[in-house]
Amino acid sequence: MNVVTPFEGIGARVKRKEDLRFLSGRGQYTDDINRPGQTYAFILRSPHAHARIAGIDTSRAAAMPGVVGVFTSADLAGIGGLPCGWQIHNKDGTPMAEPKHPVLAEGKVRHVGDPVAVVVAETRAQARDAAEAITVDYEVLPAVASMAAALAPGAPLVHEGVPGNICYDWHIGDAAAVEAAFARAAHRVTFETTNNRLVPNAMEPRCAVGEYDAATGEHTLYTTSQNPHVIRLLMGAFVLNIPEAKLRVVAPDVGGGFGSKIYHYAEEAIVTWAAARLGRPVKWTADRTEAFMSDAHGRDHVTRAELALDAEGRFLALKVSTRANMGAYLSTFAPCVPTYLYATLLAGVYTTPAIYAEVKAVFTNTVPVDAYRGAGRPEATFLLERLVDVAARQCGFDRVELRRKNFIRPEQFPYQTPVALQYDSGNYHATLDQALAAADWAGFEARRAEAKARGRLRGIGPSTYIEACGIAPSAVVGSLGARAGLYEVGTIRVHPTGSVTVLTGAHSHGQGHETTFAQLVADKLGVPIAKVEVVHGDTAKVPFGMGTYGSRSLAVGGSAMDRAMDKIIAKGKKIAAHLMEASVEDIEFERGIFRVAGTDKAKSLAEISLAAYVPHNYPIEELEPGLEETAFYDPKNFTYPGGCHVAEVEIEPETGRVHLVNFTAVDDVGRVINPMIVEGQVQGGVAQGVGQALLEGCVYDEEGQLLSGSMLDYAMPRADDLAPVSVATHTTLCTHNPLGVKGCGEVGAIGAPPAVINAVVDALRDWGVTHIEMPATPQKIWSIIQGRTR
Amino acid sequence: MPQVTLTVNGKQHTVEVEGRTLLVELLREKLRLTGTHVGCDPSQCGACVVHVNGDSVKSCTTLAVMCEGAQVTTIEGLAAPDGTLHPMQEAFREYHALQCGFCTPGMVMSAVDLVRKNPQGLSEKEIREGLEGNLCRCTGYHNIVKAIAAAQEVMHGRRASLAAAAE
Repeated sequence: MNVVTPFEGIGARVKRKEDLRFLSGRGQYTDDINRPGQTYAFILRSPHAHARIAGIDTSRAAAMPGVVGVFTSADLAGIGGLPCGWQIHNKDGTPMAEPKHPVLAEGKVRHVGDPVAVVVAETRAQARDAAEAITVDYEVLPAVASMAAALAPGAPLVHEGVPGNICYDWHIGDAAAVEAAFARAAHRVTFETTNNRLVPNAMEPRCAVGEYDAATGEHTLYTTSQNPHVIRLLMGAFVLNIPEAKLRVVAPDVGGGFGSKIYHYAEEAIVTWAAARLGRPVKWTADRTEAFMSDAHGRDHVTRAELALDAEGRFLALKVSTRANMGAYLSTFAPCVPTYLYATLLAGVYTTPAIYAEVKAVFTNTVPVDAYRGAGRPEATFLLERLVDVAARQCGFDRVELRRKNFIRPEQFPYQTPVALQYDSGNYHATLDQALAAADWAGFEARRAEAKARGRLRGIGPSTYIEACGIAPSAVVGSLGARAGLYEVGTIRVHPTGSVTVLTGAHSHGQGHETTFAQLVADKLGVPIAKVEVVHGDTAKVPFGMGTYGSRSLAVGGSAMDRAMDKIIAKGKKIAAHLMEASVEDIEFERGIFRVAGTDKAKSLAEISLAAYVPHNYPIEELEPGLEETAFYDPKNFTYPGGCHVAEVEIEPETGRVHLVNFTAVDDVGRVINPMIVEGQVQGGVAQGVGQALLEGCVYDEEGQLLSGSMLDYAMPRADDLAPVSVATHTTLCTHNPLGVKGCGEVGAIGAPPAVINAVVDALRDWGVTHIEMPATPQKIWSIIQGRTR
Repeated sequence: MPQVTLTVNGKQHTVEVEGRTLLVELLREKLRLTGTHVGCDPSQCGACVVHVNGDSVKSCTTLAVMCEGAQVTTIEGLAAPDGTLHPMQEAFREYHALQCGFCTPGMVMSAVDLVRKNPQGLSEKEIREGLEGNLCRCTGYHNIVKAIAAAQEVMHGRRASLAAAAE
């Protein structure tokens, strides 16, 4: 009989099942896979931001030692461009501009790193050597490396068919209501900001291995992906024209993603195509510099916002105008990030009754920009939470009281915002109070004075955020422009002797799904987690799936598993009723045991599953043998995690360096399955948020050269840049999914940046500083301190 | 083609390499020890850290031919032959100091060397400074620092177990 001891179910701080292989060097990442007869691809990339290709001479390269193939776009006739998964419409109802995104450059390159040619050779070094022998005749064109340059009158065009470099000009909300509210406002506060461009930099560089079996006609792609089924669909149907049944996509252990491994990338199509063309497996592995110029980047918004308040500080209206950089081509999710993942969040945690936002998406000669941890929600949160601090200071309100006064109150849920979303649950007063207490907000002035005595400038900053995740209700996103459904799929396979295999369309690349999902099974079916295997990341094993992003794995994928377990229990009850000669209505199931209510008759799940697979005594007329169920779960709404983050910093006035000294996070992520994993997710998200606020910034020069193209030039947070992060949760349950969960993967990256900048500005308040753009580098702060006197 | 003879995780190998072959390429591609990872180019991230003659080195910046006669330990060789985890590996698991696992081998190998060379014990600040050469994008380092602080107590014999170190 299966008995769960000690408790391993929902809420247990269970150690991770996946750790042993990672700690002993037995993880199996894509670059660890080597297939018989494997060759290596090197991709020659554009050194120019914008140039016409007058000619490519590959003849010398083709003759180099070890080379088995050299390919350019001329070889890829009949192959489609990389598709975009969202279509946004302009204010006038016309669709966005959607220029082709070729797998290899066709006549023109549009950003530094744009792939131009591919060399396949016996070794990695030979492929690289041969690529140096390719001659590309570039006619360099003037480039637009920033949105300002791209929108200037007469600017060079990134795509000939896209006038003004504008991808779309979109809006949401009630402009007339906003104007009316501004007309009667006591206070108007204007705030302008740039949300800095970031490079996700998962520690594992992207990698892809293509293989072709001539006997069966089956293609296999091993790839560093967050969603292998989506890659199979996009690459098979739109790029290479391979039917799903002949295309297997495997995403094995993946070393972090943070969004950057959602998208279908050219290299995946290149190795899959080249493997079939050459009849040999082909591996491509990015080096880090290549990752900087080919992985999708994140953020990069320029925004002007105005907030109207009445005399008591109540928010009356918000008006936002944002320009969002798309880069040179549309990446898979790019168009939805600054629209439906950003502007719809502009109510934040506040009761602002009227909101209007317009968003202009702009093509530039830079790497494509797409979703990066938080995706749109960090940009919205940074804007709002800085704006509230700016408004409090400008209008003379206490910044905490101003927040409290405008919070959506607990009794107002479900709460319909003026920008489309309906929040189901939350308690912003509670998370604020808990965070202020944990951060000892009340005792801060004493710490400021103590720091001042040591010559340090100390500041504190709050951020009260909300986000929308658990992506997403299919019909809703379909009406907004998504070209796919966003349900998730879960299969529960109870084996004859009672162990369980879970097949999930979600993909783990650090989130600990093998443990968390096993806990769901332990909790509901009473099977010890040691007897639960979670399988993900292989289209040949898992029926279907939409993958992992937007903090959806538990809220959507876990809910699918929960539904599948309901089906298992329902079938098990029928089998149990037959075996125990009772009516189905009298069978109760709890933690692995089917009982006849009010009697001592009981059968374990293992006994029931054995009967299902060895159906000698079985209701075979009414029930099929076996005990395996699949559920597709489509969420009814987004989930809405929220909370309060408080950052405390000290600045060295001599150097301008900001030291993070305390960080407190109190998050409402709904029901917590494994507190250890949730805390880890929040700590990691906060680290990326602090990185955005203090360290990270992707920089192009005016010619479109990527200046921050390595980890020497792009400041990744290191251990001594960060401080301990205190994490606590305050739970209100999601009201519309069966688990009550909301999602925890992105809250840190969303809540942290404005808390940090609010703290930095607070530390510099005596210098008359009202805002500092991210990243708040020592140079910026030192210049402020040098340039002004108190 | 030059040959190099070295001992990796207690086993001697003689391998043909190019002059430009890096130690990490020898480990991953010739010996199929894929636990050692490459995350940057080069020397920035520390995912490739192994021990050479008892010192932690970045194998992505070490030529294979420099390792003639060397004793190399990789993450695959850190646990006891019976599979018992090294206290640092155990501490990483106990304190949830890994998420995606990609930086983990290098992080663990760096941490072992850092602790071994500081028998006096390291403060939180010293541990953070000691990890300057290793990047992790998942954890925010919070739990890595805690794991190393606990592991040093066991490695230096000040506590009998991680459970005791946590008290």
